[in-house]
Amino acid sequence: MRGSLNKIAAILWKDIRSEWRSKEFFSAMFIFAALTIFVFNFAFELHISNRKAVVPGIMWVAFAFAGELGLSRSFALEQDKGSFSGLLLAPGDRSAIYVAKALGNILFMLVSEAFLLPMIMALFNVNLANTTILLTVLAGTIGFASVGTLISAIAVNTRAREVLLPVLLFPVVLPVLIAAVYLTSGALNGASAAELAGWWKLLLTYDLFFIVLSVMVFDFVVEE
Amino acid sequence: MKKKSFLFWLDVLTAALILAALYMALVYAPEAANLPTRTERLAQRIFYFHVSFAWTGSVAFLVTALGGLLYLIRDNLKWDMLAFSSAEIGLVFLSVVIVTGSLWAKPTWNTWWTWDPRLTTVSVAWLLYAAYLMLRNAVEDPARRARFAAVYGLFSFLSIPLTLISIRLWRTIHPVIIGEGSQGAQGGFHLAPPMFQTLMVSLLAVTVLYVILLLHRYQAELLTEDVEELREKILTSYQ
Repeated sequence: MRGSLNKIAAILWKDIRSEWRSKEFFSAMFIFAALTIFVFNFAFELHISNRKAVVPGIMWVAFAFAGELGLSRSFALEQDKGSFSGLLLAPGDRSAIYVAKALGNILFMLVSEAFLLPMIMALFNVNLANTTILLTVLAGTIGFASVGTLISAIAVNTRAREVLLPVLLFPVVLPVLIAAVYLTSGALNGASAAELAGWWKLLLTYDLFFIVLSVMVFDFVVEE
Repeated sequence: MKKKSFLFWLDVLTAALILAALYMALVYAPEAANLPTRTERLAQRIFYFHVSFAWTGSVAFLVTALGGLLYLIRDNLKWDMLAFSSAEIGLVFLSVVIVTGSLWAKPTWNTWWTWDPRLTTVSVAWLLYAAYLMLRNAVEDPARRARFAAVYGLFSFLSIPLTLISIRLWRTIHPVIIGEGSQGAQGGFHLAPPMFQTLMVSLLAVTVLYVILLLHRYQAELLTEDVEELREKILTSYQ
């Protein structure tokens, strides 16, 4: 147990340091998501009078695109530099690699979202700073990145990996996106806690269920 | 040799059953009396094959998930071939479901498509299994392909019920009414005994069709493997 925790911490710390030096994930994710938001702004502005109706959708599409971009680099960098075999050779449980990578992806996504949220608030003139929305962002990001990390580990070992990742990822994470969009729009439009309870259950069930499943099957994905 | 003749007779049986089911669906089954227009009553006859393909298609995806799981446990490539064969047929069956459903929906709901829970779930399932096949196509090594496909098949199969729940939740809180007749209840009818018989014969015909396609596809996979082995042998003997 102690060994696994050390391994997780070591891999996570390595990822954070390399990201801090290159800002490679962050710049790609943030710029791309910002671009998505701008495009939506032009596409919708003339037709929608009620911004509260479209902002949750725009926000989560932007987060999902940013997240997908981040995920695509998560294992690709290791693969390209040849350091993935090193990770596999490291002693200890291999699911520790999954946990560390997933935590890193969640962290990078949350950092980008922390920059994107105020931008969305300013551009669309809506107030997103409330507890329900922030918790939704957290739970949604955890679900998205945990499944995404596993699928990214699959996609990176295929031909045409950049094409395959979104194709594999988006249909699987659809429940997360639907629940997150609904919770966000519910919180924006003043829905009661009882109305949102079903969505919380769905989102948390998905998070828990798919994290457990990912940890269980990760060994099969990286088995060489 | 004996095995081959068995498959042949099963082919004949399938063809006969499908012809019988077609006859029953188009001629034998009575019209649904409560539907107002003739077009709707004619379109209703799609129902027998539509439902049969939908049920059998779901079974096909269950077989894919189980085949993948058994591969991960047993590490025998035969299970992976079974999962793959079943996914391919399931995707074709699901396409049939979507096309026949759309053909029926146009006269009945007055639209080809509506984002109702079932329709949405089916379209997501279609995307999942199309992605499953794309994934298989993009991996060369058979063992690795089998592992990836098994894991992805498992994730897909488990995310389908969650998708269904999430859309149901969405619709029950937020009922969407796009003009009249977009509700799922529109176009329903009472299932009379001859209609039920027709449905059962169609279901049997489509199930047998699935089994026979699966057997053929599985055999083709086995032959592919043999060809690969022979090629390896020849290539190594020339070196």
